[in-house]
Amino acid sequence: MTWPAPSETGRYVLRLFVTGTTSRSQRAIANMRKICEQELAGQYDLEIIDVYEKPEATRELQVVATPTLVKVLPEPLRRIIGDLSDREKVLTGLNLTPVTGEPRQIS
Amino acid sequence: MTIVNAPDSPSRALLKSLTGINGLDDLTLGGLPSGRPSLLCGAAGCGKTLFAMTFLVNGATRFNENGVFVSFEERSDDLIENVASLGYDVAKLIAEDRLAIDYVRIEPAEIEVSGEYDLEALFVRLGYAIDKIGAKRVVLDTIEALFSGLTDQGVLRAELRRLFTWLKDKGVTAIITAERGEGQLTRYGIEEYVSDCVILLDNRVLDQVTTRRLRVVKYRGSSHGTDEYPFLIDGRGISVMPITSAGLDHKTSSEVVPTGIADLDTMFGIGGFFRGSSILISGLAGTGKSTFSATFANAVCSRGERCLYFAFEESPAQIIRNMRSAGIDLQRHVDAGLLCFEAARPSLFGLEMHLARMNRDIEEFEPSAVIIDPISALRGVQSEIHATLLRLVDICKGRGITAVLTSLSLAADHVTEADRSVSSLMDSWISLSDVESNGERNRVLYVLKSRGMKHSNQIREYLLTDDGIRLIEPYIGQNGVLTGAARLAQEVSERAEELERRQSHDQRRRARDRKRKAVERQIAELKASLDADEEELDLRFTQDDEREGHIQSNRTAMAAKRGASQ
Repeated sequence: MTWPAPSETGRYVLRLFVTGTTSRSQRAIANMRKICEQELAGQYDLEIIDVYEKPEATRELQVVATPTLVKVLPEPLRRIIGDLSDREKVLTGLNLTPVTGEPRQIS
Repeated sequence: MTIVNAPDSPSRALLKSLTGINGLDDLTLGGLPSGRPSLLCGAAGCGKTLFAMTFLVNGATRFNENGVFVSFEERSDDLIENVASLGYDVAKLIAEDRLAIDYVRIEPAEIEVSGEYDLEALFVRLGYAIDKIGAKRVVLDTIEALFSGLTDQGVLRAELRRLFTWLKDKGVTAIITAERGEGQLTRYGIEEYVSDCVILLDNRVLDQVTTRRLRVVKYRGSSHGTDEYPFLIDGRGISVMPITSAGLDHKTSSEVVPTGIADLDTMFGIGGFFRGSSILISGLAGTGKSTFSATFANAVCSRGERCLYFAFEESPAQIIRNMRSAGIDLQRHVDAGLLCFEAARPSLFGLEMHLARMNRDIEEFEPSAVIIDPISALRGVQSEIHATLLRLVDICKGRGITAVLTSLSLAADHVTEADRSVSSLMDSWISLSDVESNGERNRVLYVLKSRGMKHSNQIREYLLTDDGIRLIEPYIGQNGVLTGAARLAQEVSERAEELERRQSHDQRRRARDRKRKAVERQIAELKASLDADEEELDLRFTQDDEREGHIQSNRTAMAAKRGASQ
């Protein structure tokens, strides 16, 4: 598996599904915004979707859990579920080499 | 939706939703609990998905209840295609907004977990699908897929518990399917959450023959059949056969059904079979068991009644062709929709599947007579065959259907083990056999038994002619019944004797006449000679008298001559 740099794959298209204004939703939104600004500044397109308002959108992107972050682009499609409090997992899901800590082992 | 009073709590009425699946509604006394989730569990390939889909399709098409199918395993298109084999046009129902399929794909490889989550999106998604078409029925097939996609068991279990409560609040009647687990009903112990009604499906293979079975494990607040019931899935949908619903309390009819053979009718004291009775026709190979059955079927259909013919050895086309050679036209009854053939190789299914199939066919066709040709083709353990036939006979009796079963005898005494074991189930038993004598075989029949009527005890010879079965007047000779050529020979010799007797009689009469004439002639001759003698004698007497007189006169003359000198 390779770890392409964001610049090579173009813009990140991300969808974050949340449930209204619950604290978990708020947390997920805040976590996501922070990661995006730090890791993908200027290269992302994040849309926050409230499933209560757009229930049909859950079907389109096969969402069952909330919160769910769907990385639509670049391929491959990935879903990261939870309030995104585990930054490491989020970065793995986004195929991003973490900036902090040891460089990820390439396998 | 029907309201059924549970016998164990007559005060409380439990609302039930009909599944529309033959038999299942009977054994659950009205269907699944309305507005509650029911669990349908079973191993892979035992028909959970088809069962669940049938529940929805029937709901939409027959009970005016729309449904949502949430598929966690199969894609919508695949699902539609798969259930098309059962004759369901799901695509049409979807187009009409009476049914919706939501394929929920959970691909573990795509998922990364980061922090807390719940399944609210699934609820929203389901709620949206339900509200969109106003669904009253929901299927989750199979929810356990969540366990393979999401690893946090704690969250999952809490969410499942919430989901089932949520479904109840929604007021939808739901079926949750689950895989069979080791040591428990489901692999992930879903039965813990869905406890109102649990149905177990099973697919057992015995002797390379598959039998599907269903059992209602639990039904809170309602009584239900507790046994295992065979069920079948085929082009006409699903049907379950509740076995224990059959009993001995069926109505009995004293109406008479002719056998189709006038002479045979007279052998039964009442002029045929009783309607709703079961008749066994047993016989050796080639004794015309099928011809007897077909003759009966022909008679049934000719009266405008329906007859269902289960053929286990021959194809319908072959039976029709063969019977045509015996002067029986079955095709016209098939064309008129009065005669229906159901042919299947006995080895195709297990006994219970055959039984379930026959039960389903009988329910659908509603015949007044059923023919099973032959029961000896059914394979299995003797006790199981007996049980199967017992149930079949009960099904027929319960519906007032006259059942004619044929059985192939092998043994020389023309009573096989199978015959003996089923004989007690049968009301009438016609035994066909062939007797060998004088270098030929001739077919004879006799009525071995016939309950509730006086029947002939004669052994009758019959012929399979171009014009059907014909019974021949019995010929009882010195050494029993004579058949075939022996009977003919006997008849010929009798005729010869008769002729001879008549001839000799005439001869003797003529001889007597001749003799009488001869004697009479003799008498006449004797009489004539006597007359002649008498005449001659008379003449002589007269001559003598004349001579005497002459001599006297001569003497007188002489004395006169000698005269007075003396």
